[in-house]
Amino acid sequence: MGARLLGHALRSQVSAALKEGRVTPTELCQRCLALIKSTKFLNAYITVTEETALKQAEESEKRRKRGQPLGILDGIPIAVKDNFNTAGIETTCASNMLKGYISPYNATVVQKLLDQGAVLLGKTNLDEFAMGSGSTDGVFGPVRNPWSYSKQYKEKSVPKSHSEDEEYNWVITGGSSGGSAAAVSSFTCFAALGSDTGGSTRNPAAHCGVVGLKPTYGLISRHGLIPLVNSMDVPGILTRCVDDAAVLLGSLAGHDPKDSTTIQDDFKPFELPDLPDVSKLSIGIPKEYHAPGLSSEILSLWSKAADLFKNAGAKVVEVSLPHTRYSIVCYHVLCTAEVASNMARFDGLEYGHRSDVKDSTESMYAATRREGFNDVVRGRILSGNYFLLKQNYEKYFVKAQKVRRLIANDFGKVFGSGVDILLTPTTLSDAVPYTEFIQEDNRTRSAQDDILTQAANMAGLPAINVPTALSERGLPVGLQFIGRSFQEKQLLTVAKWFEKQVQFPVIQLEEAERHDNGVFQHQKSASFS
Amino acid sequence: MAAVLAMVARGCGGVWRRLRQRCAVRPGSGPFPRGERAVACNARGGMMSAGKSGLTPWIPVVGLEIHAQISSNSKLFSGSQVQFAAPPNSLVSFFDASLPGTLPVLNRRCVEAAVMTGLALNCHINKKSLFDRKHYFYADLPAGYQITQQRVPIAVNGSLSYSLCIDNKMSQMVTKTVRIKQIQLEQDSGKSLHDDARSQTLVDLNRAGVGLMELVMEPDMCCGEEAAAAVRELQLILQTLGSSQAVMAEGQLRVDANVSVHHPGEPYGVRTEVKNINSIRFLAKAVDYEIQRQIEELGNGGTISNETRAFDSKLGCTVPMRDKEGKQDYRFMPEPNLPPLILYDAKSLPANMNHQQVINIDWIRERLPDLPSVKREKLVEQYGILPEHSFTLLVWQQDQNCNSRHSNEDGLPEFFENVVKQTQMKPKKVIGWILNDLLSYLKQHSLTVKESPVSSFLLADLLNLLEKKEISSTAAKQVLAELWKGKGKTPLETVKEQKLELLQDQKELEQICQAVIDGQENEVMAIKAGNQKVLNKLIGLVQKKTQGRSNPVLVKQLLEKKLSE
Repeated sequence: MGARLLGHALRSQVSAALKEGRVTPTELCQRCLALIKSTKFLNAYITVTEETALKQAEESEKRRKRGQPLGILDGIPIAVKDNFNTAGIETTCASNMLKGYISPYNATVVQKLLDQGAVLLGKTNLDEFAMGSGSTDGVFGPVRNPWSYSKQYKEKSVPKSHSEDEEYNWVITGGSSGGSAAAVSSFTCFAALGSDTGGSTRNPAAHCGVVGLKPTYGLISRHGLIPLVNSMDVPGILTRCVDDAAVLLGSLAGHDPKDSTTIQDDFKPFELPDLPDVSKLSIGIPKEYHAPGLSSEILSLWSKAADLFKNAGAKVVEVSLPHTRYSIVCYHVLCTAEVASNMARFDGLEYGHRSDVKDSTESMYAATRREGFNDVVRGRILSGNYFLLKQNYEKYFVKAQKVRRLIANDFGKVFGSGVDILLTPTTLSDAVPYTEFIQEDNRTRSAQDDILTQAANMAGLPAINVPTALSERGLPVGLQFIGRSFQEKQLLTVAKWFEKQVQFPVIQLEEAERHDNGVFQHQKSASFS
Repeated sequence: MAAVLAMVARGCGGVWRRLRQRCAVRPGSGPFPRGERAVACNARGGMMSAGKSGLTPWIPVVGLEIHAQISSNSKLFSGSQVQFAAPPNSLVSFFDASLPGTLPVLNRRCVEAAVMTGLALNCHINKKSLFDRKHYFYADLPAGYQITQQRVPIAVNGSLSYSLCIDNKMSQMVTKTVRIKQIQLEQDSGKSLHDDARSQTLVDLNRAGVGLMELVMEPDMCCGEEAAAAVRELQLILQTLGSSQAVMAEGQLRVDANVSVHHPGEPYGVRTEVKNINSIRFLAKAVDYEIQRQIEELGNGGTISNETRAFDSKLGCTVPMRDKEGKQDYRFMPEPNLPPLILYDAKSLPANMNHQQVINIDWIRERLPDLPSVKREKLVEQYGILPEHSFTLLVWQQDQNCNSRHSNEDGLPEFFENVVKQTQMKPKKVIGWILNDLLSYLKQHSLTVKESPVSSFLLADLLNLLEKKEISSTAAKQVLAELWKGKGKTPLETVKEQKLELLQDQKELEQICQAVIDGQENEVMAIKAGNQKVLNKLIGLVQKKTQGRSNPVLVKQLLEKKLSE
């Protein structure tokens, strides 16, 4: 399957290098910044915080020299999706509405990372207000998938004229956390925060060949995450390997007094076993995920993966989640309703864009919102308000809530029957070229692309994308594991075992190799913990 | 039905008279053809009382929607301070300004206040209640929605008993009950200040997010006086509980009235909502005006439309509020950022739960203070004072709070009780000194009971002198007048300084009496002719001569004795 393994053998490289002083946080930061510059064409970052990042690295260096690092993350460069509030740093949601908006506070997750010494490199690109599945619909333009420029993809793609290659063959990252996925995938940072409402972390993780974890709803604070759908949003974690995801989870999870929907209990960080054992597990294969449009390549990878578990002694059973097929339409109602509500605050008064139209307060509101939001956002607001109208509420919103309950109950029944983990594809196919992607509108695309990921959000369950193999076109394909609520340890353990089995290849990126000297040789595939 | 009608007619008879008078006095003012109205109104005089005229009577129906600001250090969902008249936008958290990404965190104190209020109003407390978003665009509503409890409020199905006097006579009080439909927790909005001159609107978010209890009173009232009495009692209860300061002038208690009229046996009429009522006096006026307006409108063959009207306190009438362009659809939606609000009682309280994290209804119930009705009953029972006096004691405490903003402090009842404790005088007599002398002085000088220059101890001291017959009541009043000056003297010192002791020397008194008799030949003749009333004049003259230091009973005896000689 792949050439190199993302696993334990290399995971301690960066951490050890930092610890032993073979590389300093400043050097690490500088190299990442240089790489961000040379991969600028990916459009992964909206804001690069070079100055503050170097300062943070300097502080980290002092701490490390004193032998008093704040933890594993001290000095580790990270990136944050631009829908998390960062104090003093622009937070745009890739929207005209918030262009130039500088938040006075840090999201809890950002604060936690900074408190542990992580170095914030910048804010990553996304679909406007995280509404999309391609990272193509932000006001700062689409994100390009680093794999478009990999040796693996270039070798496989049909040679056209040279100039066309670059302009027409590049593939999307998936979305909406495409910037974060691209940033991790192109080695410009070691980990990134995304958000996941219907698959926004797992989908781009699959397309960019990185690990994408959507934790259980309520495990990580949403305070400071600019909401899409409050009842489904979770901060997502994008890393190069499962172990790293566990480290990030450990530093982010737990009760937050500022988010009433977080768990009350403290979260105990865990380490994953080096030699995970899956022989006693029961792996469920939900038949409904054999969805129309699923590529034969992915189908075959899925079944190979099932065989891997079977061969390792696990019980593999076909299960049914009969209501999953209603997930898309149900999500459409619930999502747009919450969007309509959440977006009501953007009226141009307290913050953000304000139109020059001054005829009346109402006309100012209308113009502000017309100028500030793109078609996708406005479309969702419109349908959401329609569903919430008094005469429609029962017919749409209440019904959708009931369907959501049924979808969640399906999972409950399956897990109740003894199944530990569900194994599904993450996406229907590998990433498509941008030119192809934009043939369809955002709504159609989102509906197709979220189909395999959304149900986990409906039920609030933890799910993870693990990069599995390269497609015939030389692009990453990932598979998804869905676990029981708050059973992240089990989920990640299985994911780690699987990661070890499949040995997903490292991206061969010219730009990265140019900046590679010593540390980056390892860093490409290494983690930091 | 007949009983209801009779009650309506009796309870509200006085009201209509006054209204008609005002209509007649102010013809032509306001937005309505007032002159015509007055004529029509008079022509149908007495319409309210069934049977007097041939017309079918109208039954007015009044319901109230009351917003009480919760007395709490911080807001309902944020840590911002709550304070009246702070500099604009000085008490605004990121959440209050609806900065993106902020989330609501429920304030425990506000929940406890609502539970307390619910219990005091005999409500069923819902152990699980929910929060909802109510959407509308307005400059002082930064999030574009208000978090409220539309589906399942924290308390339901309560009642409030209140008393009101008939025909302005304190001695004739009737007690009535209004049902409380529900109490819901919700956020207050900010304030918009419209600067018409510069055509701009300024927004102050200090109030945005302050906790409110919305109380819905069922349409069980039938006139302004009833509505006013119900709100007055509610105000007193809230202040006793400390769940709201309930000062109307500061907007801590906002009352909207739903008013309709219908014929007996027919369904309720179309109702109007009257807003912008900022005192209890205006509430009574606004409701009565609106009832009368509707009756006249319907009597003239017109119709009532379901509209919102504002009370204009200067004109004393209600006027339609600017059209909201049709009906608002608030697009209610569950608030996804707040889990259901779960309350416990002794039975359901989980054993391993941190007590700081849960709210126990029974615990709150056990700690409820005496409610005003109970306090009044106790005062009447324990001290034998008249029920109407107990009302004055408690109601005045509330009026005082309106000025001083110190609810829950020792008030008039406590002052009264302290005096009683320290004096031999009977409570029935003490109450007169409290309600007449103390109260009028405090009112005149706009003082609170606490600020009174005469403490309960000093007053008791003075009343003891009176009780021991060391001074006359006239002298006692003179001493009190001196004590108000707050010079730090005791009543006894004042008595001595001003020589106000009763004349103990009987001979001296006899001489004075004789001198008065000698100087008033005509009066003596009149008395001897049988006109005993004139004796009082002689007593008064003796008092004058002794500068109030004589015992009037003794003087009377002496005079009678001398006159019969």
